[in-house]
Amino acid sequence: MSGRTEGGAWAKASHIMLALFLRDIRLSIRAGGGALTGVIFFLAVIATIPFGVGPDLRLLARIGPAILWIAALLACLLGLDRLFQADREDGSLDLLVLGNDRQMLALTVLTKCLAHWAGSVLPLVVAAPLLGLFMNMEPAGIGATALTLLVGTPAITFIGAAGAAVAVALPRGGLLISVLVLPLTIPVLIFGVSASYGAVADPDPFLQPFLILAALTLFLAVLGPVAAALALRHGTD
Amino acid sequence: MRLIAENLGGERGGESVFSAIEFALGDGQALVVTGANGAGKSTLLRIIAGLLPVAAGRVRFEGGGEDFPSAASACHYLGHLNAMKTALSVKENLCFWRDFSGAGSAGVEDALETVGLGGIGHLPFGYLSTGQRRRAAIAKLLVSYRPLWLLDEPTAGLDKASEERFGGLMTQHLEEGGIIVAATHLPLGIDRAKALRMGESG
Repeated sequence: MSGRTEGGAWAKASHIMLALFLRDIRLSIRAGGGALTGVIFFLAVIATIPFGVGPDLRLLARIGPAILWIAALLACLLGLDRLFQADREDGSLDLLVLGNDRQMLALTVLTKCLAHWAGSVLPLVVAAPLLGLFMNMEPAGIGATALTLLVGTPAITFIGAAGAAVAVALPRGGLLISVLVLPLTIPVLIFGVSASYGAVADPDPFLQPFLILAALTLFLAVLGPVAAALALRHGTD
Repeated sequence: MRLIAENLGGERGGESVFSAIEFALGDGQALVVTGANGAGKSTLLRIIAGLLPVAAGRVRFEGGGEDFPSAASACHYLGHLNAMKTALSVKENLCFWRDFSGAGSAGVEDALETVGLGGIGHLPFGYLSTGQRRRAAIAKLLVSYRPLWLLDEPTAGLDKASEERFGGLMTQHLEEGGIIVAATHLPLGIDRAKALRMGESG
């Protein structure tokens, strides 16, 4: 294949994926899209913690990064069940799967993941610095936590896509997806939290866990969509 | 282009629904599949599209060249569901499917005009009536080109005038060398269509 036709194929694929990305973003913003559900859940959890833990400012500051990460992880899982289910209910999923021969289904899934992340998880990352203030965290800690969330949360979406694809045919698959996916997200949580602590607690390193977190995201960006595509391909009925 | 089914069998949930289906369709030919509820019409269409695995025999698609190597890549599948998002406008829906599937013979405005929905493209798809939704889904067949149309109860919910208009669209598609496989209970208004009655022989 000559370089030119290859370039043309890439341009075509990126055009198609951009259309899918924009459609999903639009859907998440429109009424019933559920983009705000995750943020409101995130806000509710973090706002409740100081009341439960008590007014010990030093304790709040110490557990702050971990609480932000756990709340963000759970908020990420909240909207995952709709990732493919909404498309299945109106028949779009059949057509997306049929497109497999033109553009790899894994690429379609990756695009849907990115749109889901940008639509419902990115707002969490944006809200995290504000909620860090609730936890009496210092600016360096807030910055580090927001940065690790930015880098780490896509990994949760990618793993979640595989879970969502497996449970797509189940009417109330939300809980099942959370149970399926949660164990797999633990490494992301561990490295995300340890990098956040590394930025503030002195002997702990920041860069090493942060790089492992980035590597996890890149690795799962390939594995998650491929696994999800496989599940969707064999899950049509 | 040819669509050939040889001794095709299908199953649903491990139970055989039909077996020994044979047909061969060339350019400009249509197959109308009829049969009682549960005879496997929808299953047959989904097997042809490749959405369900073949249980026995095989289905081949030949002569599509580089653009359409398989039935899945050559087909428009119009199922029971319209594959449109209620939160998006009709035009946004059609623009998405045009971008996703590749451009076709008609623009989005023209396609809407053809199915008699001109002037309401700006409305959210959720505001449309059942028949209008079906017509919007039919417009989806026009905004991107596919030689093979797999239609599952395409005229469900359509009024008389829309049925006739859709019959005209199908005739035109056949005249341009397309292939149609339609499962239906109602007469579709296409002449010279082959007929396949399911649930008697199999």
